[in-house]
Amino acid sequence: MSSGLDYFRQNRLPHIWCPGCGHGTVTGALTRTLAKLGIDKNNVVVVSGIGCSSRASGYLDFDTLHTAHGRAIAFATGIKLSRPDLKVIVMTGDGDCTAIGGNHFIHAARRNVDITTIVMNNNNYGMTSGQYSPMTPTGMLGTTAPYGNVERPFDLANLAIASGATFVARGTSYHVQLLGEMIEKALLNPGFSVVEAVVGCPTYYGRKNKLGGAVELFNWQKEHAVNVKAAAAMAPEKLEGKFLIGELYNKAAPEFTAEYARLVEGVRRKFDDFQGGVRGCAQNSD
Amino acid sequence: MPEAKLMQGNEACTLGALTAGLSFFAGYPITPSTEIAELCSEELPKVGGKFIQMEDEIGSIAAIIGASLTGRKAMTATSGPGFSLMQELMGYAAISEVPIVVIDVQRVGPSTGMPTSLAQGDVMQARWGTHGDHPVVVLAPGNVRECFDLTIKAFNIAEEYRVPVVVLSDETIGHMREKVVLPELKSLTIVDRKAPAAPAGYLPYKADQDGGVPLMAPFGKGYRWHVTGLSHDETGFPTNKGDVAGALIQRLMRKVEKAEPLLRDYATESADDCDVLVLAFGSSAMSATSAVRQARAAGVKAGLFRPKTIWPFPEEPLRELASRVKRIIVPEMNLGQLVYEVERVVAGKAPVERLSKVNCELFRPEEILASIMGGSK
Ligand SMILES: Cc1ncc(C[n+]2csc(CCOP(=O)(O)OP(=O)(O)O)c2C)c(N)n1
Ligand code: SF4
Repeated sequence: MSSGLDYFRQNRLPHIWCPGCGHGTVTGALTRTLAKLGIDKNNVVVVSGIGCSSRASGYLDFDTLHTAHGRAIAFATGIKLSRPDLKVIVMTGDGDCTAIGGNHFIHAARRNVDITTIVMNNNNYGMTSGQYSPMTPTGMLGTTAPYGNVERPFDLANLAIASGATFVARGTSYHVQLLGEMIEKALLNPGFSVVEAVVGCPTYYGRKNKLGGAVELFNWQKEHAVNVKAAAAMAPEKLEGKFLIGELYNKAAPEFTAEYARLVEGVRRKFDDFQGGVRGCAQNSD
Repeated sequence: MPEAKLMQGNEACTLGALTAGLSFFAGYPITPSTEIAELCSEELPKVGGKFIQMEDEIGSIAAIIGASLTGRKAMTATSGPGFSLMQELMGYAAISEVPIVVIDVQRVGPSTGMPTSLAQGDVMQARWGTHGDHPVVVLAPGNVRECFDLTIKAFNIAEEYRVPVVVLSDETIGHMREKVVLPELKSLTIVDRKAPAAPAGYLPYKADQDGGVPLMAPFGKGYRWHVTGLSHDETGFPTNKGDVAGALIQRLMRKVEKAEPLLRDYATESADDCDVLVLAFGSSAMSATSAVRQARAAGVKAGLFRPKTIWPFPEEPLRELASRVKRIIVPEMNLGQLVYEVERVVAGKAPVERLSKVNCELFRPEEILASIMGGSK
């Protein structure tokens, strides 16, 4: 069996991430899971957007596509529809995925296109030095929220579920074992899968909010995360201020590229030869 | 003998694309380009191709870049507002050298403007719409048959030079119906991108010469290469070295500069001995053609120069004509865009007069004729 390290472009290391940044932990969890599943490197495409988290693609030994801010899922949709046989993984940040890329995210979920999306949520825009994001909790500080964030954050998992994703889970960089298990299930789900990985950005979010360094941020995850199974037996007051980790949703639905393939098959049975351009085009407006 | 068909410009673009080997279309509906998406949704499944209606134009261009990376010939079609949204990723396609074709059926702008009305206001945007120096090729069909021909040419250029290519159509050309005889398939040249032979030692951004085009491996074939919109070196990985980033931009620009004589496409009519040269493209060129003919009939030595490659502009033939004519008139359905390029090329060899029209109606030939007959202002 290959090890997780085999899935890294080792000549591209060391990475750019700060000491204590959670992005590396998530990337490691992904490669170990791919190794465990024995997935052929040549059949994987990793697509990312822009941000510290999105730099992950460059370190991984697959066909990798580092796109533009917010657009990873749209590029990935093109790849997956084009080559449904490939395993397509998106690595993105909370800003990349839920702010500028929010529209692509909900539509990919709606289509249930077979893409595994790993969202590294550090509650801020790390790369641009700590501005608040759509996933910064209300009241927390950011470099553009010097008096505390007045906005309300997204609940990414609920957003994904409501939009049509068929597998949704949350993990943290502290609960690495669980994170790997969730990524595994996501990779095996034939549909749009979302794994939110709660991670620390000690350099900006941690420092700005006086949460401490890398160790304190890990401890914060440990103290605030509650496994969804345990939570089921807990009183609501006990869950106040906590967040759930584990498998949050898992329900099969028709997958977009498979449905399209079926459509193509049906159409081709009817039209063996391409005739082309035989129909008139109505002129409509706007 | 191929038969004549009554066909719309947008339909001819689509047929040209399919003939060139289009197998992936992503788009978002917008007048006056929508027929292209509709037709693609109908025809692509028949040939085993893929169609997707994305959530917006940014997603559309992203999806076709993704599809192109897997080795498919991919295209989108749009109009002003959508073309504006696509600009960031036009730059992405340029720097990452992923072949794509974008059809922009121009309408009145800025903003939502007049969706069903004619304008030619995207000339500069098509060239310089995205930030930074970047290569792009822009082709402007002047009739329905050329929608077919130039869309094929657009794919050929995109594949050969790994650049984004824009087919700059307009509302009139796109919606107009003409009787068209399409060429025999056998007579057409279809270019496919050059792929490396094997993954070993593959350097995705290494060109064999100044302004050269690197070989492009499809995703999913064992090459495991990296694509980024960051400035990168020959390996495809980001660089912080200014001189490497600069050399990349220079090579990207040189690709198109060097190819210009090969890409160059224009038509002339009565231009060899003319005193008054009318330079027009797209739908304006239809009116310009009849104006020139009417002027000739009235004994005035008028001629037409109709660029089909707008960017890069066919400098040499125009410069050569400019030294022999007394005046150059540039009718455009905008307040003056291509005329700046004409002035730059002509460089004072002849007076250049702009003839602008922005009332959403095609030039009447008499308007251009009056200009021809009017003499220098
Ligand atoms: C169109 C565009 N807008 C803004 C930026 C600047 N920008 C780069 S990364 C980033 C935020 C990234 O945040 P996130 O996705 O949360 O990733 P992190 O760096 O925190 O891992 C922004 C705003 C950009 N590159 N492109
Ligand atoms: S700035 Fe934050 S998110 Fe970016 S690498 Fe450093 S710790 Fe990680």
